[in-house]
Amino acid sequence: MAFAAFSSTKSNGSSKPKKTGKVVIALLAPGLAYLGAFFLTPLIALIMVSLQAQDPFGGIGDYIPAFEINNYFVVISEYWPHMMRSFGYALIATILALLISYPLAYFIGVKARPYPLLQKLMLTLVIAPFFISFLLRTLAWKQIFSNESWIVTTLQQTGLLEADQYVVGTPFMVIFGLTYNFIPFMTLPLYTSLERLDTRYLEAGSDLYASPSKVFRKVTLPLSMPGIISGTLLTFIPIAGDYINASGDFLGSSSTAMLGNVIEANYLQINDYPSASALSVLLMGAILVLVAGYVKKSGTEDLL
Amino acid sequence: MAKEFIARGADLELKKIRKEFPGFTAIEELDLHVPAGEFFALLGPSGCGKTTTLRLVAGLETPTSGQIFIGGEDESDKKPHERPVNTVFQSYALFPHMNVLENVAFGLRQRKIDEPLVKAKEALNLVQLAHLATRKPQQLSGGQQQRVALARALVNRPSLLLLDEPLGALDLKLRREMQIELKAIQIEVGLTFLHVTHDQEEAMDMADTVAVMNKGRIEQMGAPETLYDRPKTVFVSKFLGQSNLLVGKVESTSANSVSIEVAGNKISVPKSRAEKHTGKIAIGFRPEKASFTNKKPTASSSTNIIGPGEIIDIRFTGVSNQYLIEVPDLGNITVFAQNIGKSPVTQLGEKVWISWSVEHSFGLSDLPNNGEAA
Repeated sequence: MAFAAFSSTKSNGSSKPKKTGKVVIALLAPGLAYLGAFFLTPLIALIMVSLQAQDPFGGIGDYIPAFEINNYFVVISEYWPHMMRSFGYALIATILALLISYPLAYFIGVKARPYPLLQKLMLTLVIAPFFISFLLRTLAWKQIFSNESWIVTTLQQTGLLEADQYVVGTPFMVIFGLTYNFIPFMTLPLYTSLERLDTRYLEAGSDLYASPSKVFRKVTLPLSMPGIISGTLLTFIPIAGDYINASGDFLGSSSTAMLGNVIEANYLQINDYPSASALSVLLMGAILVLVAGYVKKSGTEDLL
Repeated sequence: MAKEFIARGADLELKKIRKEFPGFTAIEELDLHVPAGEFFALLGPSGCGKTTTLRLVAGLETPTSGQIFIGGEDESDKKPHERPVNTVFQSYALFPHMNVLENVAFGLRQRKIDEPLVKAKEALNLVQLAHLATRKPQQLSGGQQQRVALARALVNRPSLLLLDEPLGALDLKLRREMQIELKAIQIEVGLTFLHVTHDQEEAMDMADTVAVMNKGRIEQMGAPETLYDRPKTVFVSKFLGQSNLLVGKVESTSANSVSIEVAGNKISVPKSRAEKHTGKIAIGFRPEKASFTNKKPTASSSTNIIGPGEIIDIRFTGVSNQYLIEVPDLGNITVFAQNIGKSPVTQLGEKVWISWSVEHSFGLSDLPNNGEAA
């Protein structure tokens, strides 16, 4: 599974003699070189930029190497609402995606087993949106919910929305877009996990006096935990850093700006590279801490 | 601790059960009564409908028609979790995300029974696995998993325990051990056991009553000794042990026996041991009940004799020698001779006469498929 990396501790039974050491290094070298060039170097560069200070003799966008740790406190005090919003939206969208995906994945992976054709068709439908650029799809949603659309006018006429209220630019619209765009990343890992679910365990559960809902909670859910973990990680992490859906050009407005939008604005518009870098480092650190805590808490390291 | 398990087995009754799956009929029509506290075995080849029967009783399948009563109560429309039965699955189906103790306590927890862990531990004691309580099922051997599955079912003290080929995955030695253990536990807890198996030795060894199933029907039912001694159909005579079958028209009938003629030999069977007394019938006998000599024995009304035949194969199996004797116009006859150090003839190609007591013959109700020879 994609996030087997998080299982860290157990797996490697390195008790074998190190006879094949050279071969292993040779095989690992390209991957390590790639990681070094395209992950580690930019990461170090990013951290260094985040500590830079304004060049006293330069103009806007001129910075000199420094150790300005204060940058971090400045961005935290200035942008903590955006941080909270990012993680709040990510949390809500992830939960929504899970609630929508689980029944779908269960149907495809378990109920549709006797009908392989239906199974394949439904899986294709889950992946189908990827065939169109997600920018286009997001813009399509903007159009569907635009201020003059029949959906919005109908909502206004029925009184569900005030005459001067609209959908685009609201947190609802942004969370809707986030959920929609990332749902396949939830459905697919859930599907792979449920597809392997041995239904004989479910029979054993019902044979041992568990009602269908109890069987679900005590047997199905724990056994599909690896899928739930990878699915939630695969949606939560990219959503927390997303800057398309919440952007004013797409489904959001200035009041829905997430951390990604702030980073983009600082970097590309205000040319405040240290702040943008500091925010990026903070985002990465926060996600790492959250994910580590999550994986540890769910106690499924050995299931991943 | 065994006193914790009070004997409360219930009887099982199946009435006119029929089960159809898309494309085929698994069970034609089944009427079955298993008395309370009995060890009952359903024996048959794969695909005969025995596992389907078990799943119907457990509630994992719904019968197309018919009713299921457990302890006199109609269970036909109840869901699996509402039925007072527990199953030891062929695959064991131990929950991989729980340790052994939690697996055993699962049923107790669902029914909100006090002190589930204490009772689960007692059940593990019964199967001598208390020391492995904290292990995960995947860390146990096949035999240990099988015993955990048994404990997980027994701990609930079901009225009826269903065993779906529970020993199928074990090697021969472990299997024999588990058979003895399982039987001992059944006697100790006094529950009704319904055991499904394709292993005839296992069925005969453990069960009080064996029902032989074939093609969705029960062919014959009875105590193992009765089934072996007097099979009523070709299938039962061949599936439960080995049989030699001779087919012929009834030539003469006396007060207490029926005789046919096969390749010039007169073969008799007591009337009370024959299903049919007229027309073309099949008469069988067990290979170990027959013996052979290299001189024609003197004819007698209490002995059947065929021959001469030629020994075409000898197999040494340790406890016995198995001889295959080809009799012209009659086919091959198998004879077992106990290996007690004085085998009559041991040469391949030797001419011999086969004889067995008339009262060891049995007359069947049907004919073997290739029974046109005579």
